[in-house]
Amino acid sequence: MSDLKKIRDEFISKLKGKLDLAELNQIKSDLFGKNGLVSSQFKKIGTIDISKRKKFASDLNIIKDELHDLINLKIKEIEKANINEKLEKEKIDVTLPERSFVKGKIHPVSQTIDEISSIFSEIGFSVEEGPDVENEYNNFTALNTPDNHPARDMHDTFYLDEKKERLLRTHTSPVQIRTMLKDKPPFKIIAPGRTYRSDSDQTHSPMFHQVEGLHIDKNINMGHLKGCLNYFIKEFFEVKKIKMRFRPSHFPFTEPSAEVDIGYEIKDGKIIIGEGDQWLEILGCGMVHPNVLKNVKVDPTKFQGYAFGIGIDRLAMLKYGINDLRAFFDCDYRWLNHFGFDPLDVPTNYRGLSR
Amino acid sequence: MKITFDWLKDHLKTNLKEKNLLEQLTNIGLEVESVESFSSDDQLFKVAKIIKTEKHPNADRLKVCDVNIGEKELKKVVCGATNANEGLITIYAPPGAIIPKTNTKLEIAKIRGVTSYGMLCSESELNLSDESDGITELSKKYEKNIGKSYFSKSKSNLIDLSITPNRPDCLGVKGIARDLAASGFGRLIVSKEKKIKFKTKQTIKVKINKEKGQGCSAFGSCVIKNVKNTESPQWLKDKLISVGQKPISAIVDITNYVMLDINRPLHAYDADKIEKGIIVRNSKSGEEFTALDNKIYKLEKGMCVISDNKGVLGLGGIIGGTRSGTEFDTKNILLESAYFDPRSIRNTAKKLNLDTDAKFRFERGIDPLSIETGLKKAASLIQEICGGEVSKIDIQKTESYKTKIINFDVNSFENIVGFKISEKEIQRILIDLGFIIKKEKNSLKLIVPSWRPDISQQIDIIEELVRISGYDKIKTIDPIKDRSKSTLTQTQRLFHFLQRAIASKGYLETITWSFTDQSYNDHFREAGKEIKIVNPISSELGVLRNSIFSNLIMYMGKNLDRGFKDLSIFEIGPIFTGSNPGEQKTVVCGLSAGKKSRLSWIDKERNIDLFDAKRDVVQTLSEAGYNSDHFFIDSKTPNYYHPGKSGRIFLDHSKDKVAAYFGEIHPNILKKIDIKTENLIGFEIFLENLKLSRKTLKDQKLKFSVSDFQKSERDFAFVVNKDVEAQELISVISNVNPNLISNIKVFDVYEGENIPDNQKSIAISITIQSSEKTLNDKDLEKINNSIIEAVENKTGAKIRS
Repeated sequence: MSDLKKIRDEFISKLKGKLDLAELNQIKSDLFGKNGLVSSQFKKIGTIDISKRKKFASDLNIIKDELHDLINLKIKEIEKANINEKLEKEKIDVTLPERSFVKGKIHPVSQTIDEISSIFSEIGFSVEEGPDVENEYNNFTALNTPDNHPARDMHDTFYLDEKKERLLRTHTSPVQIRTMLKDKPPFKIIAPGRTYRSDSDQTHSPMFHQVEGLHIDKNINMGHLKGCLNYFIKEFFEVKKIKMRFRPSHFPFTEPSAEVDIGYEIKDGKIIIGEGDQWLEILGCGMVHPNVLKNVKVDPTKFQGYAFGIGIDRLAMLKYGINDLRAFFDCDYRWLNHFGFDPLDVPTNYRGLSR
Repeated sequence: MKITFDWLKDHLKTNLKEKNLLEQLTNIGLEVESVESFSSDDQLFKVAKIIKTEKHPNADRLKVCDVNIGEKELKKVVCGATNANEGLITIYAPPGAIIPKTNTKLEIAKIRGVTSYGMLCSESELNLSDESDGITELSKKYEKNIGKSYFSKSKSNLIDLSITPNRPDCLGVKGIARDLAASGFGRLIVSKEKKIKFKTKQTIKVKINKEKGQGCSAFGSCVIKNVKNTESPQWLKDKLISVGQKPISAIVDITNYVMLDINRPLHAYDADKIEKGIIVRNSKSGEEFTALDNKIYKLEKGMCVISDNKGVLGLGGIIGGTRSGTEFDTKNILLESAYFDPRSIRNTAKKLNLDTDAKFRFERGIDPLSIETGLKKAASLIQEICGGEVSKIDIQKTESYKTKIINFDVNSFENIVGFKISEKEIQRILIDLGFIIKKEKNSLKLIVPSWRPDISQQIDIIEELVRISGYDKIKTIDPIKDRSKSTLTQTQRLFHFLQRAIASKGYLETITWSFTDQSYNDHFREAGKEIKIVNPISSELGVLRNSIFSNLIMYMGKNLDRGFKDLSIFEIGPIFTGSNPGEQKTVVCGLSAGKKSRLSWIDKERNIDLFDAKRDVVQTLSEAGYNSDHFFIDSKTPNYYHPGKSGRIFLDHSKDKVAAYFGEIHPNILKKIDIKTENLIGFEIFLENLKLSRKTLKDQKLKFSVSDFQKSERDFAFVVNKDVEAQELISVISNVNPNLISNIKVFDVYEGENIPDNQKSIAISITIQSSEKTLNDKDLEKINNSIIEAVENKTGAKIRS
């Protein structure tokens, strides 16, 4: 028996036994290490007689491959067994609760303002803002509501001085005045923001939110006003059709003035906007009074247009089924969590306003 | 304004139904606020007489009454009223009747063991008046009506209209009828003035003082002698009751009736109680009088009063006085019909906090030409009901009414409203509304009716025309989807970004009031100006907030009281620095309480701390586009923060404006407002202090460069004095070679054993990478040494071996 065969047989039988990873590595090193049995046989190749050299080399390679593969196979088997054993031990109760995650929310009024802005953005309105503290002129006089006008009674105003010159704005309409004084026509703006009246009960809060709209250009008439509001209400309530009614009313800063009702019905205790034969008043509007335009140095013989004012909180209440206005400002954690919106839900036109 | 369809029919001939009426009223701008229905049940309430009373066997205060209700048998009724005496004529409600006040149905009931068949009613229970003390007492005249219904005929529904302040003419039934007629709802009945014989001269002299701010420009009057003031006849009582007014006496009822019917307020004086003549003048400061509401009013200087030689008789156009009021025994009366300036009325009423039907009408503007009509109408009724002789009418004037004329361009209508109506129709509407029209070449010359103070220019005419034509005729012109200007400005975008960025870090957005409790505000006001509201809704909401914390901390407290322990809330909104427009700032203010993590199988418990808030602020700012590598942070903060555990952030080293504060709320404040939580951490970001980048995201995305050469990490530990800040070390290190040092991370701060008392060890891991080559050992050695040398030299640190 040649040396080669001897080596082979010896190790094949060795490898048949139960071996651990260390023993296998030892065998591997005994055979294929620097001075391993197989490695040293390779070194001998040069010394072998030419006639036998070819066969020797061939036999040696066969044995080498055979042993090598066998060892690797054994190693892999053991490794696999080890992993399986480990996996068996590492099993964990995945029904245990996950790490806590605290979710923030956006207030429904903020969400509603974003919805409103998104709708009006589509038809070319831009957002303007003004200060919460106003002077008497911007809040009343410039809006054709001179001192001692009975319409002032409808605005229970918070004053900041005895002379009643500084006040908390009672509506967002002074933003109209500021915008028109600052720029040149045409104007196409909405002005959302905080407004204040000294009134507090179930349906009134001393602070609430309004969005003012203003569109002044040449030849803007009441038909445009109707179209704009019809579009807005439809988009806002995300319905295909809306029943809308314009009723004559009076605001000192618009003429002709209208109050707008939308049709609704109550189905299973839920309000459905756009259907039914009940009317719900949701906003006031009209053609900007020529006196207002004169006050802001816009020529009423050249420019005309409409303005409207909508209660944002009320819109939010209607759309999201909120009953009590005061809860908006009560900061009850449970309420905020329930009615708040995920900050990722940014109202957009292409994704839809709300989920 | 309360009306009934029946009353309207005095002025309006129509075949239409009440349902149509309600719709039409709303359609022409006279909004129907409510409709109160009177059912035929009213017929159940009967005039009755108490024949006999007995004490209730089981109750001291109750009586058992035998009541004659016009039937054969007397009814037994249990009654608790003290005035339920034998012989009293009153109003009886049978079982089944619905009591108007409580809206409850009456049933046969046992009251303390005695069965009561029905009830005797007080005026208040029948909504006749506020009188709830005892049952209704009717006069002997009702004896013949026993058994008959008290309400003479079925009342028509009470319609409550909300009349806008520009329409005083519709504060009279006739004005409403005129509007309805113009809109095609029937025809206006032109009532004929009743002829009265004026026998005598008006004997009471009236003088309007010519003085500055005189609130009365015309005073018409007549004297009626030898009247017999009585109860009003049934038709008049019914009329007043039908609109919710309580009948008083014929003279008072007649003046009220004329006011409600044609919107002409009148006042009747007992002529015998007037000392010499009437003087209409400005009040003197401190003058007093007792008004008909039995209150004493102390007047300021310059209020319009009707007076005589003895003093003030009444406030012109607002309220009369008791001294010259009419009573049942009044024999001679002076009837007043005047014109008062709306501004003057409003000023006076506001100062005295007085609201009356007359004031409500005069402040909106009464028809200046109705003085005589009103006097005649009332005088003839008084004569008819109370008898007497009517004097001639005397009218004193300081100003005459000037007719208003408007030139109306017919085309302007379509221009504003968007649809067209014919000139013929325009003329018809205007004539129906009382205009007088003269056709001119290109326009209509319109004489405005004297009862329309609201009409003075072309737009007012357009409003009338569209109102009467119908708003439903306005077309709907769809908007064009076109945008020439961006919707939001850069600042507004930043506002919305910050709002959602903070919310995405676990904060619930709140909206709190812009005003707050002074005591809370003071904790966060520092040297800021206190801005008081002159007329706050309550003393707890008396000042504008100088900081959002005052409200947030209050509501945080309420939520903690509700049993929630770990909360983060925020608000983005205004704080106020002064009481002038624009003296406000936009702040994002957040507040977190309790623990970051609480008893869990997986995480360790940990209180929320300032580094949580700092992370949220820094992360938010960096999301908003500000490079946090450039931030500069120090510990100078307002005194409502914990002095050692709070910081402020600048966007860069120029330290121009504070971008944000963060830190623990000062423990003294927590103690004072009694908030109990493990920790309370807040932050404030100041929107106006964030510089708006000129670079858009689009610009920033253009440049992209990274290095693929091998990077090395080296750790250093420096021992430094305690007052040396980590920020300083990082700054020194990054300046050693900004091209090679790509990241610096503090991974340990240690004080204690092996470190001298006033020193600490800061361990830092530094990433070194070149964008040009792979650095070899020599290069790295060089930069290591430079780092150590720079830190040691500039901060006094020693490298820890």
